[in-house]
Amino acid sequence: MKEKLVLIGNGMAGVRALEELLEIAPDKYEITVFGAEPYGNYNRILLSPVLAGEKTVDDIMLNDDQWYLDHGITLHKGKEIVDIDRRGRTVFTSDGTTAEYDRLLLATGSNPFIIPVPGNDLDGVISFRDIQDVDVMLAASKQYKNAVVIGGGLLGLEAANGLMLQGMHVTVVHIQNTLMERQLDSEAGSMLRTSLEERGLNFLMEASTAEILGDKHVTGIKFADGSEIAADLVVMAVGIKPNIALAQKVGIHCERGVVVNDTMQTYDPRVYAVGECVQHRGQAYGLVAPLFEQAKVCANHLAHMGYSRYEGSITSTKLKVTGIDLFSAGDFVGDETTENIIMKDVARGVYKKIVIKDNRIQGSVMYGDTVDGAWYFQLLRDNTDISDIRDHLMFGQAHLGDSGHGGQNAAAAMSNEMEVCGCNGVCKGDIVTAITKKGLFTLDDVRSHTKASSSCGSCTGLVEQILASTLGGDYSAAPHSKPLCKCTEFSHDEVQAAIKENKLTSIRKIMDYLKWKSPDGCAACRPALNYYALAYFPGEAEDDPQSRFINERAHANIQKDGTYSVVPRIWGGVTNPSELRAIADVAEKYNVPTVKMTGGQRIDLLGVKKEQLTPMWADLNSAGFVSGHAYGKALRTVKTCVGSEWCRFGTQDSTGLGIRLEEITWGSWMPHKYKIAVSGCPRNCAEATIKDFGVVCVDSGYELHVGGNGGIKVRVTDLLCKVATEEEVIEYSCAFAQLYREQAHYLERTAPWIERVGLSYVKENIVDNAANRTLLHERFLESQKYVQKDPWAERASEGVQKHEFESLTRVG
Amino acid sequence: MSQENWIEVGAVNDIPQLGARVVETNNGNIGVFRTANDEIFALRDSCPHKGGPLSQGIVHGKRVTCPLHNWVLDLESGEAAAPDEGCAASYPTKVENGRVFLGLKPN
Repeated sequence: MKEKLVLIGNGMAGVRALEELLEIAPDKYEITVFGAEPYGNYNRILLSPVLAGEKTVDDIMLNDDQWYLDHGITLHKGKEIVDIDRRGRTVFTSDGTTAEYDRLLLATGSNPFIIPVPGNDLDGVISFRDIQDVDVMLAASKQYKNAVVIGGGLLGLEAANGLMLQGMHVTVVHIQNTLMERQLDSEAGSMLRTSLEERGLNFLMEASTAEILGDKHVTGIKFADGSEIAADLVVMAVGIKPNIALAQKVGIHCERGVVVNDTMQTYDPRVYAVGECVQHRGQAYGLVAPLFEQAKVCANHLAHMGYSRYEGSITSTKLKVTGIDLFSAGDFVGDETTENIIMKDVARGVYKKIVIKDNRIQGSVMYGDTVDGAWYFQLLRDNTDISDIRDHLMFGQAHLGDSGHGGQNAAAAMSNEMEVCGCNGVCKGDIVTAITKKGLFTLDDVRSHTKASSSCGSCTGLVEQILASTLGGDYSAAPHSKPLCKCTEFSHDEVQAAIKENKLTSIRKIMDYLKWKSPDGCAACRPALNYYALAYFPGEAEDDPQSRFINERAHANIQKDGTYSVVPRIWGGVTNPSELRAIADVAEKYNVPTVKMTGGQRIDLLGVKKEQLTPMWADLNSAGFVSGHAYGKALRTVKTCVGSEWCRFGTQDSTGLGIRLEEITWGSWMPHKYKIAVSGCPRNCAEATIKDFGVVCVDSGYELHVGGNGGIKVRVTDLLCKVATEEEVIEYSCAFAQLYREQAHYLERTAPWIERVGLSYVKENIVDNAANRTLLHERFLESQKYVQKDPWAERASEGVQKHEFESLTRVG
Repeated sequence: MSQENWIEVGAVNDIPQLGARVVETNNGNIGVFRTANDEIFALRDSCPHKGGPLSQGIVHGKRVTCPLHNWVLDLESGEAAAPDEGCAASYPTKVENGRVFLGLKPN
């Protein structure tokens, strides 16, 4: 028989826990839900847009009645649990409904804080918490003129903005001298105030409410200094407190909230709690992102999996007032031990402040331009050492390299018709609609529903910004440690460490050891695991062709029509008439529709049918060509200029060096594509400073540059060091490639890898530590022994993977 | 189903585990897939999204990921995994004595 699970509180945290539970253990429990409100589960954080008239109640429903039916969940709407018999494991409603449980989940949320002044119970005095409050406000706005919102925090300002848009004359009363003082410093607070005043809101700062006036219905407010203002509607938005009445009544240990441990269990082991009613490590949360993290952990334990822990959240805040971009996170005030980087441009309405301690971001507050908020937040949560990027930090992630993708950087300023994702043609309006209509909370949700940011990723910051401004501070930023894919909870770093430490030499061993959740992984994890095993244990790990993307399985590049492209290797880009003639012959013999020069100085034969590949390779092989690996996460090309052999400016033999480098490094698998270039003088005609490894020859030797790329976001290389001889160039080149091969995440190019680990780290490992450099160089050469066999020849003449290139049969 | 016109297309072992082979027909290619548990499925070799050759994708569980834009399709039904919407026609298959048989009338 199924165990019984009862959920008290039909809100976002509790229902999210159910959703997570149904995902991992759909048949474990018979589930009953009690909710005091007469609705299904709705998106409480979108009440502000409902009040502002930008959305309807239907728009913000997350789970309708059908959802509960579909999952066999018994839902009691509008029924409040008034008692729990913990010994008899039964809950009771006021109308006598009962339900038994094996496990109980408390998600009773929070109550608004009502300030204890005379008149706080008059008609027309409300809080801003649920659909009913919004209904009262909307009705009042049609009937009355003057509204007063007590509380100049996040919720108060959103309520005030909504009421103003409904046509009321609104005054915000705030006891402090800075708006949103828990999220903003005084500079940002005053810019916000100016901007809201321009829209028509009125403010009374440092005003302490003494009494709410009126007989039956509110008529005004009297302050501690004796002054009064008129009011037909008073909204109290001064804060929330965890709703612990029920838990307290039945003797479950509470302090400010219901106290839970890292598994979301209360002091009664059969009772769990999540959401705003909870106090965890002394902290109560009122934003959605932490509540969802709690829900995930709780589901893990309800499902008896028992390994996940909630360790608290660092939160960030955004204001959901259309047209105002504002972000804050962490400690944005600082003290005598911190340093501030500040940029302020009042005319443009932009203010940014980053608080730094020991080269790590402690907090940040931004107004007007918040596109990099998500990035700063990431650096904050990852505790990243920012010393290498400190001089660019204020200018944002796009300025880390040379130039950014020329997109927008202020989501609020964009109209709904403006394009956000250039790859998939997704406009801002499409994203906002998807977020609100489909109840999306994370970047991944938006990616899968709209495809925005799912191709090249250059608009990710903008999409996060739209998410944040649509959902407010409640959106779930990418978690601190992101799982490699949906098949595991472990991150790339954790998986890599486990493979190295436990010598896991096959995908099967890795999946078994790390208890993979799916029987044979997915298209995201299998190629990564295959790469890691091969990179760490060359000669021992066995390649699994079925876990490679088609390009690496077929050793050619799949095209949009299902044909392939073939790129023979041309060492250093230097060729001769007989090679060119052989390529021309092949192109004619196989009716190749398009012959094109590539950006890496090679020749691309496009539009080749799969069954033509092996005979074509045989012909190319007999002319002396091998695979150019233009299709792989591998060393692609070494691009060169003509150098001292011909060029009147050349300082060294750049073509000769390029050919040597290509002969040593060809065939190596990498976490992502990997390009090398050698320029013969600082004029840099081979564009070496936008390659993964670039050599710029100078009269006195060779400058070595690393971590550049063209593409989506151009990033100019960092200078690694200068060396004197070709032998040193080769040693450093191999050592750098090997460090990258061993440490980067799969599908992480050298540029983001270096930005993640820092250039100092790379220098320490390669430049400063000669012994380590030698070891890296040796490991690179060792691994090359197993891969420098031409995959085209193996397939064209040795029958390797024959099935890949032939159809099974032809029928009809 | 009893009226199915079965055509023998090859041996189970001709198809790699977690892989696929193509059967050419007069009406275009059909991808024949083999799972880790040696179950055999057949889909029209054309992704409902932009016509990508599904037989070239990575097979995992009872699903295949299209090589062009990573749509994930169910091998049994041909349906795209949510939130994507679309369907590749699926064809009946059966295995007898290690031989694979295919029906050319879509399910």
